[in-house]
Amino acid sequence: MPRIIVEVMPKPEILDPQGKAIVNALPHLGFEEFSAVRQGKRFDLTVDGEVTEEILEQARKAAAEMLSNPVIEDVVDVRVEDQR
Amino acid sequence: MSEDFTPGVSAEFNIDTVENASTTPDTELPWAELGLKSDEYDRIVQILGRRPTAAELAMYSVMWSEHCSYKSSKVHLRQFGEKVTEEMKKDLMVGIGENAGVTDLGDGWAVTFKIESHNHPSYVEPYQGAATGIGGIVRDIISMGARPVGVMDPLRFGAIDHPDTQRVLPGVVSGIGGYGNSLGLPNVGGEVVFDEVYQQNPLVNALAVGVMRHEDIRLANASGVGNKVVLFGARTGGDGIGGASVLASESFDSSKPSKRPAVQVGDPFSEKVLIECCLELFGDELVEGIQDLGAAGISCATSELASNGEGGMHVELTDVLLRDPTLTPGEILMSESQERMMAVVTPENQERFEQVMAKWGVEYSWLGEVTDTGRLIIEWDGETIVDVDPRTVAHDGPVYERPYRRPSWQDDLQADSFRASEAGKDLPATAEELGNAVVDLMTSPNMADVSWITDQYDRFVGGNTALSQPDDSGVIRVDEETGLGVALATDCNARYAYLDPYTGAQLALAEAYRNVSTTGAVPVAVSDCLNFGSPEDPEIMWQFAEAVRGLADGCQELGIPVTGGNVSLYNQTAGRAIHPTPVVGVMGTFDDVGRRTPSGYERWADGQAIYLLGTTGDELDGSEFARGRGHLGGTPPQVDLATEKTLGEILINASRDGMIDAAHDLSEGGLAAGLAEMSLRFGVGARVALDGVCERDGVDAFSALFSESQSRAIVALPRSEEIRFTDMTSARGFAAIRVGVVDVQSGELEVAGPFEGGSFTLPLDELKEAWSSVIPSRFGTSASVAEQQ
Amino acid sequence: MTETPLIGDFRAEADAPLDGARIGVVTFPGTLDDRDAARAVRLGGGTPVSLWHADASLHGVDAVVLPGGFSYGDYLRAGAISRFAPVMETLIKEAGAAASSGPLPVLGICNGFQVLTEAHLLPGSMIKNDHLKFVCKDQALRVENNSTAWTSQFTDDEIISVPLKNQDGQYVADEETLKALEAEGRVVFRYLGGNPNGSRNDIAGVTNEAGNVVGLMPHPEHAVEAGYGPDDSTGMRSGTDGLTLFTSVISSLAGGSK
Repeated sequence: MPRIIVEVMPKPEILDPQGKAIVNALPHLGFEEFSAVRQGKRFDLTVDGEVTEEILEQARKAAAEMLSNPVIEDVVDVRVEDQR
Repeated sequence: MSEDFTPGVSAEFNIDTVENASTTPDTELPWAELGLKSDEYDRIVQILGRRPTAAELAMYSVMWSEHCSYKSSKVHLRQFGEKVTEEMKKDLMVGIGENAGVTDLGDGWAVTFKIESHNHPSYVEPYQGAATGIGGIVRDIISMGARPVGVMDPLRFGAIDHPDTQRVLPGVVSGIGGYGNSLGLPNVGGEVVFDEVYQQNPLVNALAVGVMRHEDIRLANASGVGNKVVLFGARTGGDGIGGASVLASESFDSSKPSKRPAVQVGDPFSEKVLIECCLELFGDELVEGIQDLGAAGISCATSELASNGEGGMHVELTDVLLRDPTLTPGEILMSESQERMMAVVTPENQERFEQVMAKWGVEYSWLGEVTDTGRLIIEWDGETIVDVDPRTVAHDGPVYERPYRRPSWQDDLQADSFRASEAGKDLPATAEELGNAVVDLMTSPNMADVSWITDQYDRFVGGNTALSQPDDSGVIRVDEETGLGVALATDCNARYAYLDPYTGAQLALAEAYRNVSTTGAVPVAVSDCLNFGSPEDPEIMWQFAEAVRGLADGCQELGIPVTGGNVSLYNQTAGRAIHPTPVVGVMGTFDDVGRRTPSGYERWADGQAIYLLGTTGDELDGSEFARGRGHLGGTPPQVDLATEKTLGEILINASRDGMIDAAHDLSEGGLAAGLAEMSLRFGVGARVALDGVCERDGVDAFSALFSESQSRAIVALPRSEEIRFTDMTSARGFAAIRVGVVDVQSGELEVAGPFEGGSFTLPLDELKEAWSSVIPSRFGTSASVAEQQ
Repeated sequence: MTETPLIGDFRAEADAPLDGARIGVVTFPGTLDDRDAARAVRLGGGTPVSLWHADASLHGVDAVVLPGGFSYGDYLRAGAISRFAPVMETLIKEAGAAASSGPLPVLGICNGFQVLTEAHLLPGSMIKNDHLKFVCKDQALRVENNSTAWTSQFTDDEIISVPLKNQDGQYVADEETLKALEAEGRVVFRYLGGNPNGSRNDIAGVTNEAGNVVGLMPHPEHAVEAGYGPDDSTGMRSGTDGLTLFTSVISSLAGGSK
């Protein structure tokens, strides 16, 4: 079944409390090389059948209107992934 | 340390220095875009003797905004100070004007509480708006030196089935829970009101209460020349600047649009750490003065600290730790990034201050020091960008005597009484009709069970919650040794206030006062959150002026001072204003919270006598019953604060002497709602007869059940206490009549009276099922994927 | 302090203080119920000892409570960051399977339970409640194992009521683990009167093989003092069933069984 992958990230200018807490904790475990962490969300939308441009457009719409909160989040990617 | 921005991006903009401002007097500044009126801008130029710099303009514009300066409301709010007697002030340790008032609780304890609004942000982004509302009010409490111990949320939404309510309510509720629950503060009560006037204008008010030892009280002032000024907590980002992004390019080159989030995102974890960190600073006496950063951010904190202290402060703005390096000085001054505090620390304590920061993992930066120059000087990389008298920013904002007039429609509205209207025809009269009417009332959105909402809040954390929703007030123990504690209630019936703002404000006060005394606490202080439409509309301004006058007069009569509060104006959309909504919070004190009175009959109370206190008139205008029939007109119930006070004394004494085991105030929905709620509280039945009330007060059974006459309460007491109790009420000349008996086994509420059919019976399990399914049936399944954790 | 212990053995050895067992209560950044847990220890007859997450030393305590809250804001996963705190490294050594004799009794409540699963001291994990909301209510539980360090004073299948309050309280584990837990009697508490969060097999709390480590989602420390607990048959907020967890461990320690 092909899947449409939607990735949502907090807008760059918006505070990401989770990412902030994680980046502060990493050095405690010896991971010193990471200066910033931002945590986003990934959605897998499974499609029964072929992904047409129409369906992809639907996914983009769903991503913009429902899967993300446009006030604080950006949809950074909507792509098709074939799982064979 | 963490950097929340992409490394390599450097800030590039022209800095508008004071020197530059003096040499370029004709440069046009975007004062109008920043919300200033032309005469206000002229006044700034006059104060400074030159044009302001961009950074100064930023400061004045936010500090002189309605939100920060109270410019429309100030002339009326003065009454809260003027109508205070010495007697009322005797327990007041810190009055209006500080972050929150402080009241003496006895035994060396002090308590501080305050309500604030976060209405508009909660409409734009319900989750974050409500969350940061909690965060802001809690920081107000911390900055008084107190440990926050509880929160409450008076909430008002549009009609329950309106799409806007479907969007706003779940977000607001999970925002309050998500933030408040993470702070370890029990949520002990509040209100939930549905009315179409709040569509697109939800009211999200938040109350916080904190306690401290007398010696720990902290004030927002920068005293001690040479003491250091430090900013600590979260980094400063572009949060909340939004519309003010005209400052993004300080050359005012509009061709470079900047993206600044209008929404502030809360980080409850940082706030919790900040609370503990501040309490450790207070405990070790490491700060001389402290101020939270809320609206107007650093502008507010620096100008208020400086003007309340020695009068001067010198700050280097490039030392502010940033989350976004592209922020301009003006934006840094205006940013409303959450979870930040500013403190004044002596040089000797700097090192220990830093150790506390390190322990809690809190970032900080030293920004400057206190001076005695009378000037607030802010530099950017050594160049002066702000040079002002801080008082002119913080305290000498514009004051408006806005015109107000009684609305032309007010007379017609008041003439349209319920009984005389079409809606007042065919009122329930038979047993069946009255019984159905009670069920309809209890399953209406405003009377329904709100536990779907309140079960999303932690009410146990702290281990000191003695009462919480659905009891009449939230009760929190302060001292584990003695049981010393506080009770809190917030109330407002905006329908009453719409019919008559003066009386409506007093009715809100009376109800909150009654709720507190019903649980057995002695009311001692008031905080208010005045939610109104646009002050530029003279009719709205009249509502505001009347409500404030009513509240101030009422407080004087009850002898309890207003210790703080908040004004929220411009609550209107497309020219349609909300009903005037003066939410009143009353705080009471307990010598021992162990004697608090619950609002329902408990399982062991079989056979206890049920008394109705107070008299019932035919007062249905503005009532819940009238709302059910779509009617709003006439005049609200009469308010008699002297009677209210006597009722309070009776309820407090009865609690103190252990005479009563349950008590519930009567308000919205009248006796019908009161009886139903008392039985629903623990699922315990009762048998009630209305004949005595109808005969004594000359009302029909319908009025006896649904009238909303004030100064009434129901109590339940053991038969052994009846004589002592009625002796007390008659000694005070207060009406008390036995109306029924607790019947644990029946599982029913049976009401008899002078009506056709003689009596009706409501099985409690059926009533409970219907009453408790109203809200879940609307919101139970709504869970937005995009909703924040 | 030389007070007579409420509970305990008067013939205890000199190095066992008479004022009851010393129970550590760990505070992580974002911990909320630490003061409540300390109160529960005190009311149970023990001496609470505050432990700081960044301090690897357990300061010689006889048992440890990991209290509830939102340590590190529940960011990443509940308990995922706290699990790596210095105090946890010591705790894992003294309470885990590698501990020599007499492993340290540890109780994880709510977020503490989540920390214990992240640290693999207890099996399974917690995910978001099936209804996706935070829920705060009085919760009935059945005590199904009264042989652990923390439940020895409960009767067989005793039914208790304690507050439940969490967002990520749905206990999940793979089928094999669940089978093993059931077969070995390691389910300590089970939800009664409806599953409040979708937990597998209605599991509210589990123990490790040795029975010294117990984790549960509901909050016994909020049911230790009449007037401030859940409702029970004797009246509003009168329930104190949670106290038995604390008296169980304190009496066994004071009795010198450790």
